[in-house]
Amino acid sequence: MAIDIRQFHQTFFDESQEGLVSMESALLQIEQGLSANLPCGAVATDPEVLNTIFRVVHSIKGGASTFGFGWVADFSHLLETLLDDVRAGSRQVDRHTAGLLLRSVDCLRILLVNARSGKPVNAAAIEEVNAELETLHLTPLRAAGSGVAVAGTGGPRAWKIRFIPKPGLFYSGNDPLRVLRELSALGELRIETDLARLPPWADLDPETCYLGWKLELSGNVTREAITEVFSWVTGECELEVDPILDRPSPPEIANAAPRGAEDDQAKSRGTSIRVSTSKMDTLVDIVGELVITQTILNQTVAQIGPDSLPRLSAGLAQLERNLRELQENVMRIRMLPIGFVFNRLPRLVRDISQQLGKQVELKISGEATELDKTVIERISDPLLHMVRNSLDHGIETPQVRHAAGKPETACIRIDASQRGGHVIVEIEDDGRGLDQDKILQRAVERGLVPNNAKLSAEQIAELVFLPGFTTADSVSDLSGRGVGLDVVRSNIHSLGGNIDVRSQAGHGTHFTIRLPLTLAILDGLGVQVGAQTYILPITSITESMALAQDQIRCLPGGEEIFQFRHEYVPLIRLRRVFGGVPGVDDSNAGIVVVVEANGRRAGLLVDDLLGQQQIVIKSLESHYRRVDGISAATILGDGTVALILDIGGLVCAVAAPALNLNSTQPAAVSWPSSQPSAPVRALH
Amino acid sequence: METASAVDSYLAQTDTDNLCLTFRLGDQDYGIAISKVQEIREWTKVTPLPSSPPYIRGMLNLRGAIVPVIDLRLRFGLDALERDSSTVIIVVNVGNRLAGILVDTVSDVISVDHGQRRALPEFEGHANRRFIEGLAQIDDRLMVLLNVDQLVAPEDLASASPPAGEPDQRRAV
Repeated sequence: MAIDIRQFHQTFFDESQEGLVSMESALLQIEQGLSANLPCGAVATDPEVLNTIFRVVHSIKGGASTFGFGWVADFSHLLETLLDDVRAGSRQVDRHTAGLLLRSVDCLRILLVNARSGKPVNAAAIEEVNAELETLHLTPLRAAGSGVAVAGTGGPRAWKIRFIPKPGLFYSGNDPLRVLRELSALGELRIETDLARLPPWADLDPETCYLGWKLELSGNVTREAITEVFSWVTGECELEVDPILDRPSPPEIANAAPRGAEDDQAKSRGTSIRVSTSKMDTLVDIVGELVITQTILNQTVAQIGPDSLPRLSAGLAQLERNLRELQENVMRIRMLPIGFVFNRLPRLVRDISQQLGKQVELKISGEATELDKTVIERISDPLLHMVRNSLDHGIETPQVRHAAGKPETACIRIDASQRGGHVIVEIEDDGRGLDQDKILQRAVERGLVPNNAKLSAEQIAELVFLPGFTTADSVSDLSGRGVGLDVVRSNIHSLGGNIDVRSQAGHGTHFTIRLPLTLAILDGLGVQVGAQTYILPITSITESMALAQDQIRCLPGGEEIFQFRHEYVPLIRLRRVFGGVPGVDDSNAGIVVVVEANGRRAGLLVDDLLGQQQIVIKSLESHYRRVDGISAATILGDGTVALILDIGGLVCAVAAPALNLNSTQPAAVSWPSSQPSAPVRALH
Repeated sequence: METASAVDSYLAQTDTDNLCLTFRLGDQDYGIAISKVQEIREWTKVTPLPSSPPYIRGMLNLRGAIVPVIDLRLRFGLDALERDSSTVIIVVNVGNRLAGILVDTVSDVISVDHGQRRALPEFEGHANRRFIEGLAQIDDRLMVLLNVDQLVAPEDLASASPPAGEPDQRRAV
């Protein structure tokens, strides 16, 4: 039977990418340890961290050779050799080596991406790192550090190995015979087979591994060489490697590596699940279906006779409970910890702060906060962009900080937490803060604000989100290329979230991002317009109110406005907008729902409010196309389709008159702009 | 649903390439390739869609999928008709996109072989020309064979005004 090996490529690439992420964070950890200790760099490194790095490189090498990605295999082989010396304690990691290893991670990434797409490799960059690795490899090894808790080089004469594979060993594609053969290649091997677990012939399952072995390996063999042989079966077997010596060996070290490896594997199994998105989407659809069925049942019960009622209600209650459970579980499949995005930050901060000559400490918390996969994917670029921004604009150089009486090392704090149906991501730095005067001046120069505008501090801070706004004096590699916070904001808006900024000059800037937990289900308010039901997303609703006809002012252009709190907001008569039946749009009879999107408010005149409900979002575009003013559709309890209003689009469609009743009161920032409601643009 | 089983029995015995589902708009017979037809539903209420051409009658819930329903009478510039029990929605599937086509009544499933096909005379600049794939002479009746792909093409559905006929503002449901 021929197996198409290409079907495993995807898994290899995914696993390698994941591995590289953990390798990167391990290296950063080592580097941090180096800078925290003596500058000479002669520090003992945690062997478990080293093992993590080693395992990653080893698996990539193994996979790459199997699948025939020669470049990747060669490169990782060299890396592995180098790491092997480090692990054996005969070489130590200094700043230079750590930096080089980090660059090797980049190289491996590039190599893997190219191997995946089948594109030729840009050899120059790889060659450079390769050459440096070679040089490093050839330099004489330093004496073994005393601090590294790895078995001494002298080593015992012989090893006693107890190797008991788990019954499921064969299922992982491993063969104990291979292990035994490799061991016998290392030295003289005496094998004793342990038949204790062997069942009677009738109960024998040929795909289960029943045998165990007691081995004695003599010759000048290092423990590393032995553990390497077993590295593929770690976690799949009980393994004890004891030196046969006169003096007692430290047993806790002997078992440390395999056990640690097992822990790690268990952990990574817990944190990463690879399910194809289409399968999950189907599940989400089915659950949506169930939610609808339940609503239908509910309505049926409402119309049925009193005798059958108790039983039906009990059944319904159960259905509802099961349904909620199912829904929560299915949604959980799509949830990923935000750490997936945060993982990329330490490296980014390290590279950029080095490049800019700034000292920055990154504090990350709340990595375990979970978000919908789609939200995670789409928040990643904006988040990186904001951190980059903060490093470039916010954080000062050590000299400036010193002069300002601040600690030379700046701090960027990133936190994620869940509050109700939302996740709050906060990005805070203790840099120079927003320069209000400069922002205002720049905004006036660019014609974004009238010349003599009097703006409150919050309004000025809001200006940084306007399209085409930058305060960078020169275009740098990092920012100031005109792709700015406006893109960040529109990205976040397109996810149904919002972003705020607070800043104090000289003390730092604080961004708060609010994101929905999921994109598939939404809390909506049903409103009646004519014969139709429309859904308003609850998150966009500020207030609903009755409005007398005489409270509505009409502008010369025909736009209607009314006073809401301290500002005038435009009134949108949904009946007219949707070209429905004209006539009964007397506001006395209707209700105005004040909504807010993109920092602008508008009042929507509807006939009636129908109540709040959870709705399952259905795309209009899968069988039709985008419709102005409508973001999606859903299915109501009676099986009919209801449309979900695109508040951002509606609010943008009416020109927002920036009128202030009372100029001393802060008004909402409502600049006329041609920006569409929710453009999804890629950053950089 | 009887129609569906009739389709099934036909599919079993005939070459499906030549099979057409025929339906009626006013006095004219039309046919569409049976391979594009997913199902036939009786007329149900649909949700009208704002900012859409009048011939888009609205959106239909087809077992959880939100599917547009095209009123073929309005599409072809004919007068709108009161819906009755024979009015049906033909659900077509074109490249995994679903659309409903509202017609007066479905008639039959017939096989149109090569000899029955007739060339379409050239007539200049008619907007609806692109929807017509050809003509067929069935006994003494002329049947218009429609191009379903073109009929439900998303770019076509996006055009704001009906290609012909009076713009009917009524959105009766």
